[in-house]
Amino acid sequence: MIEVDGLTVRYGGVTSLDAMSLTFDQGTCGLIGPNGAGKTTFFNVLSGFVRPAAGTVRAFGVDLLSMAHFRRARWGVRRTFQTEQAIEELSVFDNVAMVHEHSRLGGASRRRDVLDAIAFTGIDAAPEAKVGTLGAGQRRLVEVARAVVGRPHLVLLDEPAAGLPEEETSHLAEVIRGIPEHTGALAILVDHDMSLVSACCATTAVLDFGRLIASGPTAAVLRDDAVIRAYLGVA
Amino acid sequence: MRATLERASPARIGRQTSRPQLVKAGVTAAILLFVLLALPQLMSLYYVDTMTQVAVYSMVTLALGLLVGRVGLVSLGQVAVLAIGAWVAARLLFATSQPYPLVLLEAGLITMVGGVLIGLPALRLRGLYLALITLMFAGAITVVLATVNFPNGGHGFTGYNGSLLHIPPIRRPSIAASDPAYFRYSVIVAILMFALVLAHIKTKPGRAWAAIRQSEPAALAAGINTWLYKLWAFALAAFITGVAGGVLAGAVHYLYSIDFPTQDSITLLAVTLMGGVYSLWGAVIAALLSQFLPALLNNWGVSADWLIILFGLGVLQVLTTAPAGLVDQVPRDLARLGRFLRGRLKPGSTG
Repeated sequence: MIEVDGLTVRYGGVTSLDAMSLTFDQGTCGLIGPNGAGKTTFFNVLSGFVRPAAGTVRAFGVDLLSMAHFRRARWGVRRTFQTEQAIEELSVFDNVAMVHEHSRLGGASRRRDVLDAIAFTGIDAAPEAKVGTLGAGQRRLVEVARAVVGRPHLVLLDEPAAGLPEEETSHLAEVIRGIPEHTGALAILVDHDMSLVSACCATTAVLDFGRLIASGPTAAVLRDDAVIRAYLGVA
Repeated sequence: MRATLERASPARIGRQTSRPQLVKAGVTAAILLFVLLALPQLMSLYYVDTMTQVAVYSMVTLALGLLVGRVGLVSLGQVAVLAIGAWVAARLLFATSQPYPLVLLEAGLITMVGGVLIGLPALRLRGLYLALITLMFAGAITVVLATVNFPNGGHGFTGYNGSLLHIPPIRRPSIAASDPAYFRYSVIVAILMFALVLAHIKTKPGRAWAAIRQSEPAALAAGINTWLYKLWAFALAAFITGVAGGVLAGAVHYLYSIDFPTQDSITLLAVTLMGGVYSLWGAVIAALLSQFLPALLNNWGVSADWLIILFGLGVLQVLTTAPAGLVDQVPRDLARLGRFLRGRLKPGSTG
């Protein structure tokens, strides 16, 4: 569970998040909004890359904002990036093991946990294959495997299906849907692909110009007039 | 997918040694044995001394390659770090009768402390700004060394006495007093330093450095304390370069601040990039370029100053056509040439 209260982020004169308050309970939750709405900024606040001007974030009872960025990852905040960031020089196995060895988990379960994460995401490559040799879809899955290995609390997925063909997107949807059950984590999905969000998320929140304009069951939110106006730009 | 996982059982992944790896290890062992046993017998003393310098500078380019290639930190101050190592070792060698390996270890550790102290503020910077700071540091060390001088058997903190008539040489280990023996000694120290780096890049720090080099946000999101690991790289590079300075002290017997000009750090970066910063062999090629090539030209009566032009063109060539350096490019192009020649010689081929 994550509780966000009054979260505000300003870049100079621009308010990127404006007193955002929301609660995501469990499962896979969607976070949508037009470009520049503040979705990635929200993820960057959770990751510790951006310091908010005001507000609090509690995740599973822990005050997230008081932790240093790398300690949040160790605690269990995991994420993927809009521009995929799988480490090319390392193998699939090492990419995932790297997260595990910097977590609070010991080395005894490392091999098992890493292979389990690789199997869960269905990466179609040998674990010892270098990530630099893989295609875009497989690299995305490597990022997801990094996010789910061990015992994550929060899995933040920032447009994981961007640029992927339909077949790979549907496989990814299946993986994303399975994250809460497989790991026990709360997953938050940011994407512009509404069919992916609908397929994966029971609840969805909508941001527009840094403000939360809707939140609730995904189907209802996507029919919401304010949401349609925000996306279509209708006054 | 399942089949892939079954093939690669948990117990095997990351531990298995493939056939190419075994061949590579065998070739490396053969080269090292040749260098240690046969090479000093085949060369004149001039080239034995030159190859000792190659062994010393291979450690310096190894450290620089570690910073640039593995972590993405550009340092233009490695020659100054080498000078610190040489100064500390010379001072200890004159002042104490400690065994040589202990002096090398101490020179490495003291240089490492210096490297860390400089690295602490500098690590807030990257790219051009870090390069500039390290270059300024190198310049500052040159000025300090010109004032303090290298120890020459005098007393006091600096160990320098300008009025000495007979300057004693910096001692060598008793088992390596002759030039060929000291060459072997230098190569063994270099092998140990290469092994130290290899042990790092194949394990947790190496993975963390790879992540930092590609994307610092991705590294942080993986739970890596990027500041600590960058400092670790700085410390390791300073340690290795400090040890190299210690080996250099014994190799040349007499040290002068003029031997460590600031601009040499720039040339070293150029040859390190030319050799290849993603492979440990690249460091050896870089050392050969920076030490063996000038000695060869001098022997032929050609001024080594021409090499500055060659290195300039070489860096341009490498950066535009082979970012992984000559260590990657030469075998690749030779294989391509071989394929081309086989194609031309094949019966029935025309043209």
